[in-house]
Amino acid sequence: MDPRERTIVQGATLEIRNLTKTFGPVRAVDDLSFNVQPGRVTGFLGPNGAGKTTSLRMLLGLVDADGGTATIDGQRYVDLPSPASVVGAALEAASFHPGRSALDHLRVHAPLAGVSDARCHEVLDLVGLGSVKGRKAGGFSLGMRQRLGLATTLLGDPGVLVLDEPANGLDPEGIVWMRGFLRHLAHSEGRTVLVSSHVLGEVQATVDDVVVIAGGRLVHESSLADLVAMAADKVKVVTPDVEGFTRLATERGWEFEAVSGGLVILGAAPAEVGAAAFAAGLEIHGLAGEGQGLEEVFLSLTAPREAEVAA
Amino acid sequence: MIATLRSEWRKVVSTRMWWILALVMFGYMAFLGAVIGFSVSQASGSGGGAGMDGGALSGLEAAQSTYTIGASLGYVFPLIVGALAMTGEFRHQTITPSFLFQPRRGVVLGAKLLVNLGIGVIYGVVGTLGAVLGGAPLLATLGDGLYLGNGEVLGNLFFSVIALAIWAVIGVGLGTMLPNQVAAIVVILAFTQFVEPILRIGLIAGGDAADVPALGDVAMFLPGAAAEALVGSSFYAASGIGLLDRWEGALVLVAYAVVFAVVGRFTTLKRDVT
Repeated sequence: MDPRERTIVQGATLEIRNLTKTFGPVRAVDDLSFNVQPGRVTGFLGPNGAGKTTSLRMLLGLVDADGGTATIDGQRYVDLPSPASVVGAALEAASFHPGRSALDHLRVHAPLAGVSDARCHEVLDLVGLGSVKGRKAGGFSLGMRQRLGLATTLLGDPGVLVLDEPANGLDPEGIVWMRGFLRHLAHSEGRTVLVSSHVLGEVQATVDDVVVIAGGRLVHESSLADLVAMAADKVKVVTPDVEGFTRLATERGWEFEAVSGGLVILGAAPAEVGAAAFAAGLEIHGLAGEGQGLEEVFLSLTAPREAEVAA
Repeated sequence: MIATLRSEWRKVVSTRMWWILALVMFGYMAFLGAVIGFSVSQASGSGGGAGMDGGALSGLEAAQSTYTIGASLGYVFPLIVGALAMTGEFRHQTITPSFLFQPRRGVVLGAKLLVNLGIGVIYGVVGTLGAVLGGAPLLATLGDGLYLGNGEVLGNLFFSVIALAIWAVIGVGLGTMLPNQVAAIVVILAFTQFVEPILRIGLIAGGDAADVPALGDVAMFLPGAAAEALVGSSFYAASGIGLLDRWEGALVLVAYAVVFAVVGRFTTLKRDVT
């Protein structure tokens, strides 16, 4: 591709509005709404079967929505005149003809992305497959397929990247590389990057924003920082003066539950609880931020019962 | 559309299947050409004179039956290649990137039909050439001559290429209607190798026996019979089985391609790609 066309990358806003899809008796996606902003990496999270892939396929016009809309800067994917230069997408189960070389896989799509063979070589070098261009995709490891999938998305130099479980099958080194690469694409180049995953830890170091779904419904949408803040607020206090602490928690508006030897306070950081106890002159034998790990917060968000409450 | 055509063309030529099948077709047609060439040469030679023996072919008819063996018995090759063009996309899930790069599914189908018409021409040339090269030496040495300068024979050769090309297009339509690769290939093999030959003879024989000639006419509208009508000669026709006119045969053959493609467009290609 001509370098002149590649100097400006236009990230676009993805808008998902009341998206709904039913497969038989199953509501795979249920009145789902969220936004994805350019210049940021957004994690699209949820357990397996939460409806992530179906949502992405509706965004990309592969699956017809029963209701609602999914647009890219206001346009439906199928209405984009040249979709490959606006959105690059790699969906689950990286799909390649096993008898086709990595280079030929890209050359097949190059005409519709409006790019030359030179660009095919370029993106293969970019994702680290430069040395295996001529090899058939059938012999590729899962990690290499992920890289080839990523190369395919970059072919038309789109402002929006949609990647379904991109870290699957990557070795630790590959994960670090992918992380840096995606952040670079979003932060330095202004692209919109949406990555799905069923493991928060896998994308925790990559994403800026999180959209969490469970059972086809939105259960959480915020910056990663806000989700992290939710995670920290759980403190276990070991004390002989349970009554005193009960009073203190009630005064401060903290939720709490009694446990053996003390109580667990929710909605406050360890330092806050310690300071309050000191000020109130309460005796403490132990104070520990049980910092419900981020993963735990994620689990509680996506647990079936919690999902219904949140809905 | 041009970009989609280029994309579809690259899909076909970037794997080995198309030339392997073409090579097999060439070998098989050369072999069948030699077998038919030999048998018609023997028949006319041993008959002692033209027209003596009812089953024997001589001269022009012998040459025509031999040279068009590709269109009468080899059409399964372009048919399979055409079907693989669509079923392969579903089998290897490449239909997902294909529809991402070209979300207008009708355009993808249209491009596949056109590209496979071109691939079909290659198969037509390869298969027809195989039959000629296999049969010619025997016709020249043992039989009544080559007849390769004969206008009628040249017409048969030309339309043999066209018929084989249309078979590839029918294959795309069939593969779209029946995207399960194994099912499509089983249906193709069963229909071309057993169902149609038996049906043709059965319909004609049944029509004769029941004194309902319309039954025999139905047989002429089967795709293989229509292709032979387009070619203007065939192994079957030489044994006295009736055919449509050339233009009727062409229309019927193209109609199969169009109907299959349209049905596929509104069934398979309407569905969600998951």
